Amino acid sequence: MGNNNTLIDWPEEGVARAPYAVFSDPDVYAAEMRRIFRGPVWHYLGLEAELPEPGDYRLIDVGDTPVIVLRTPDGGINALVNRCAHKGTMLLFEPFGRVERLMCIYHNWAYDLDGCLRSIPFARGIDGKGGMPESFDMAANGLDRLRVESLGGIVFGTFSDATPPLEAYIGERLMANYRRMTSRPFRVLGYYSQHLDSNWKLYFENASDPYHATILHAWATRLKLNRFTMEGAIEMSEQGWHHLSWSKMATDRDGEVYETDAFRSGGDDFDGFGLNDASVIEQWDEFGDGITTAIQTAFPNFVLQQIHNTIATRYLVPRGPAGSELVWTVLGYADDDEERTRIRLKQGNLIGPSGYISLEDGMVGSLVQKGIEGDKDKSSVMEMAGRSIESIVNSRASECGVRGFWTAYRALMGV
Amino acid sequence: MATPVADSAHVPAAVAALMAEYVHAIDDDRLEEWPGFFTDPCLYRIATRDNEERGLPASLVWCDSRAMLLDRVVSVRHANVFEPHRYRHMVSAIRVLGAEGGEYRVVSNYLVTRTMRDGTMAVFSTGAYRDVIVVENGGALFRERVVVCDHGMINNLIAIPI
Repeated sequence: MGNNNTLIDWPEEGVARAPYAVFSDPDVYAAEMRRIFRGPVWHYLGLEAELPEPGDYRLIDVGDTPVIVLRTPDGGINALVNRCAHKGTMLLFEPFGRVERLMCIYHNWAYDLDGCLRSIPFARGIDGKGGMPESFDMAANGLDRLRVESLGGIVFGTFSDATPPLEAYIGERLMANYRRMTSRPFRVLGYYSQHLDSNWKLYFENASDPYHATILHAWATRLKLNRFTMEGAIEMSEQGWHHLSWSKMATDRDGEVYETDAFRSGGDDFDGFGLNDASVIEQWDEFGDGITTAIQTAFPNFVLQQIHNTIATRYLVPRGPAGSELVWTVLGYADDDEERTRIRLKQGNLIGPSGYISLEDGMVGSLVQKGIEGDKDKSSVMEMAGRSIESIVNSRASECGVRGFWTAYRALMGV
Repeated sequence: MATPVADSAHVPAAVAALMAEYVHAIDDDRLEEWPGFFTDPCLYRIATRDNEERGLPASLVWCDSRAMLLDRVVSVRHANVFEPHRYRHMVSAIRVLGAEGGEYRVVSNYLVTRTMRDGTMAVFSTGAYRDVIVVENGGALFRERVVVCDHGMINNLIAIPI
């Protein structure tokens, strides 16, 4: 595509446009796997709470690469590429478990929990015949390792030596909400995921885009759970790569605009709309600051969410140019009493693939994917609040969060 | 051996009728009738097999009253937006695990296909129904229906109940 030197010809409007071609081109996808997913970014790898004992592991896909995240005997955490150095076989395939060593089923090459190759069957052959050559270097044939950092009970990894320390990567401005949400140990309440028929970036644009949130998700708008007319902001990280959107539902003013015919939430479908059983939105002030929605992203594919009392992480696994998997980990805190756990589980109706608030998010990406297929030379338009990636306070009528995503994307992709 | 109360050969007629009427109501798009298949209060959950086996309680859908079930229907009809589609349920291998005081504990297998308006059809969900069914005066209602999906990954979304 384009000339011989560039993968994509980016429109002159910059990050206020995204060329449709980036959502389906296989060469772009291959470049993303190298330049972004193996590049200077931190990837969500899981939670400390998932790995309480030495040898406990979980599997996760970092882009196209399968990774084992495990607790070491000395209490640290390692992230190892889930692939035997011999033939490339995946070493583990149960998503969670406990191991003492990593032994490949194919030829029983065995590694310790640091990924060092420890034994090779028949390395000395039979009766001195065959076997591995004397020159074979065990130390040079261990498992590939990611750099790991754990912060507030969440474990991240990176393939690149150039990635800055995790706190610096998130940035001080957005570390405030990160600390707010990670000040107590997590308790895992469950997992589920969604296969989406859309390029991974279409979901991540959506997660970085508060503009749609009070419009597409009319259920929550009409119940006055989230509106632009509430106190709120979109805060951008220092370099603009990540965003935080928050709002306080108790502060709505002039929200009647959502009941006019400029909005679906003002349409006939919503005449007389209300809940017959309001226990689904029974809630408490989770962090004592009145904030009822806080969506924080970390480029390229991580979301930390508070929607009322639903706490969750989401991460996105690209599955080829036109597919992706969105993985949710539903959380509470370790010190929750039974009542709080009950409320969280019931509010679970708001999130995930059946969520009153979130079920449209995956679907809308597939509508975009189908809509743009025939016109790959065109681009999307994102000019709400101009073309900058500045934070916006007491309004969220801005697409700065999405433009921030594209800012990071262009920097790493060199496009 | 399994305990002798398990009796797949003798599914009470009211139980079999409830299970059949339930899936036909959904497949025929008579969702407004769906809450009426439950007692009030009740429990309807859509869970995943992995979460259930690990004792993790988070569910995709969690309703514990008829009013909550009705709210799901209202939302599907009026509030949530998604590409229109229809289900077809196959229910088989109904086992009565036990009966006590007019309550039957029943498990069965299900398979649901999802057909989009452009004609594409796919297997959408397989799993088991874990039911507690109350039989009174010849009629039956679900006190509990837990849908345990074999798959933790959902194809896009679940709007219509399973």
